[in-house]
Amino acid sequence: MAQYTENELAKDLDKQDYKFGFVTDVETDKIPEGLNEDIIRLISSKKNEPSWLLEYRLKSFEIWKSMAEPNWAHVRYKKPDFQKIIYYAAPTQTKKYESWDDVDPEMKETMAKLGISLEEQKKLTGVAVDFVMDSVSVATSFKSKLKELGIIFCSFSEAVQEYPELVKEHMGTVVPNTDNFYAALNSAVFTDGSFCYIPKGVRCPMELSTYFRINAGGTGQFERTLVIADEGSYVSYLEGCTAPQRDENQLHAAVVELKAMNDAEIKYSTVQNWYPGDENGLGGIFNFVTKRGICETNAKISWTQVETGSAVTWKYPSCILKGDGSIGEFYSVAVTNNYQQADTGTKMIHLGKRTKSTIISKGISAGNSENSYRGLVQIQKNAHGARNFSQCDSLLMTDHCGAHTFPYIECKNPSAQIEHEATTSKIGEDQLFYCKQRGISEEKAISLIVNGYCKEVLNQLPMEFAVEAQKLLAISLEGSVG
Amino acid sequence: MIEIKNLHAKIEGKEILKGLNLKVNAGEVHAIMGPNGAGKSTLASILAGREEYEITEGEVTFEGSDLLELSTEERAHLGLFLAFQYPVEIPGVSNVNFLRTAINEIRDAKGEDPISAKDFMAMVREKSKIVELDSSLASRSVNEGFSGGEKKRNEIFQMAMLNPKLAVLDETDSGLDIDALRIVAKGVNTLKSANNATIVITHYQRLLDYIVPDFVHVLYDGRIVKTGNKELALKLEEKGYDWIKEETQVG
Ligand SMILES: Nc1ncnc2c1ncn2[C@@H]1O[C@H](COP(=O)(O)OP(=O)(O)OP(=O)(O)O)[C@@H](O)[C@H]1O
Ligand SMILES: [Mg+2]
Repeated sequence: MAQYTENELAKDLDKQDYKFGFVTDVETDKIPEGLNEDIIRLISSKKNEPSWLLEYRLKSFEIWKSMAEPNWAHVRYKKPDFQKIIYYAAPTQTKKYESWDDVDPEMKETMAKLGISLEEQKKLTGVAVDFVMDSVSVATSFKSKLKELGIIFCSFSEAVQEYPELVKEHMGTVVPNTDNFYAALNSAVFTDGSFCYIPKGVRCPMELSTYFRINAGGTGQFERTLVIADEGSYVSYLEGCTAPQRDENQLHAAVVELKAMNDAEIKYSTVQNWYPGDENGLGGIFNFVTKRGICETNAKISWTQVETGSAVTWKYPSCILKGDGSIGEFYSVAVTNNYQQADTGTKMIHLGKRTKSTIISKGISAGNSENSYRGLVQIQKNAHGARNFSQCDSLLMTDHCGAHTFPYIECKNPSAQIEHEATTSKIGEDQLFYCKQRGISEEKAISLIVNGYCKEVLNQLPMEFAVEAQKLLAISLEGSVG
Repeated sequence: MIEIKNLHAKIEGKEILKGLNLKVNAGEVHAIMGPNGAGKSTLASILAGREEYEITEGEVTFEGSDLLELSTEERAHLGLFLAFQYPVEIPGVSNVNFLRTAINEIRDAKGEDPISAKDFMAMVREKSKIVELDSSLASRSVNEGFSGGEKKRNEIFQMAMLNPKLAVLDETDSGLDIDALRIVAKGVNTLKSANNATIVITHYQRLLDYIVPDFVHVLYDGRIVKTGNKELALKLEEKGYDWIKEETQVG
């Protein structure tokens, strides 16, 4: 007889095995571990970069050396040894594929395990996938179709080679290399990532999608993403990730920069499912990400994230609402289980008049995990008539997990309107019993209740991503593995 | 259908049910009345499989199975339905999604294929008419922001959708206005057949004007102390419970 108590649920949740815990055996070209000027020169030369970029990297390295690792987040972890990290790994087979059929069978298998089989992808017209395995883009599709519209969607290294002016003009203008410790590190050693440019007045007709994956053991992953939406354009960008099981911690410090010019709109959606560590808190990814966007006049940037993975998450996708009438949105679901720790939230910086921001954050804590929302709403002097609405909800699955909310509000303009709501609730035995009385199993009931709780956020995701996100929520909270 | 023999149950060390006997056959409607705190909702919860109660003695047979050995959802799969005295809200989960999940879980337990979207929607339309449920309520989140009366009506709508063998209605009439009472009663009567049975827990004989019971039981101090027909409900309405209490003490 299936008994239900909170303690049994806790036990159940603790026994989640990571579904994507496998390692693909692809030959990898690695450089020696450690970080110094020579390593940076080596990365840059392997990537055949122009000298201005090497200089940028070296300068960033100098800045990084003068900085200390931040301590303010509500997370505890063993600080990485930055000299024990391998800063570059590329699959040796770096040839670009023209069609999906040319892709290495082993790679195909990996993608199948990720639930994004090539067959499926081919059928999914309207989705272009730039699959990043380790640090080099392996396959890019739908490129020619995008090219017709003047849309550039390629790996960051390719953009450096093909569109150096665009990269030089915009890179580091949203997240400068002086911004923070991890951003400085990324600026020094980033290996690859994605680049996207939407020309004036163009509405990108498909979701642009990138699947990231950390694959080589002991390899730090330093992605760099730059999305530029020129005046009056629109793009929806999807980023999703899974990682194989590892015993040692892996560092991930990405930088994402978004630029929405006048009247442009960028929708940036993330499903993050990196290896969270085992039920004893061993292993797992450290995810220290700097994501920020700038909105010019009447532009809009919308961040949506579903975070279920990583041992430690430190991530605050932010919007600088520079132009008058610009809009920033942040929709987030963060799930922590076992010994996972997440400190995530957003910053909305209101500079322009009548700027508007919305923050919807849903935290779900299970096991012994710690889940914190940290958000800053800053209204500057000239932001007349600025408005913000924030809602931060926490759902607790057990008695021994933690949920914390740290909302910071700085308002320098009295005409601004700021609203903040916060709730904390425990998953209800009454709700579970009600579902079970109707014949619904406990597992399905939890999934229903949790998905219902996150609905406002899931609704923001494009269809195919929402389905994946719901699956991830179910996997991270139930014993549905196998 | 169901037979309860000498049921004793405790919660937090306190004995609530103290040797309860009840037998319900297919095609019958039984009303259970009794003063506040007598154990009516406790009985309903125990039948549905709520875990907090400790069953110290007795047995319950439902459709030939030992009910107390089954999990809550297994009982539901066998056709037991409880209309809750206080229906629960599930924010963000639409009534239709909730019901489709429930129906498919029950079908799955019986080895049947999931219901098609088309058949399901047709069923929603048909059954929501029975309780005159506003179609917007079917697509809203389960009970969220429903008025008291709407929640009760929604319980009967769910009952209609799940088509149970035995329905236990715990004070479904309380909080209903006269019209809603009539509608809910009509719903229950429409769903009544020779193959199913209903246990109606109520405080008011008014409901029994609409849902005519075959038997009326008085639950007092954890036991069924008196059983009669519809006349008993009228007598209770008129005289209250004191005479029952006295009789019980004398006995
Ligand atoms: N969780 C609990 N802890 C302690 N006592 C409880 C608990 N649940 C029920 N009881 C007690 O059990 C007794 C029976 O309660 P029950 O809800 O079954 O009564 P009822 O007959 O349904 O009353 P009403 O007509 O008011 O709905 C009451 O005295 C109640 O206080
Ligand atoms: Mg009651």
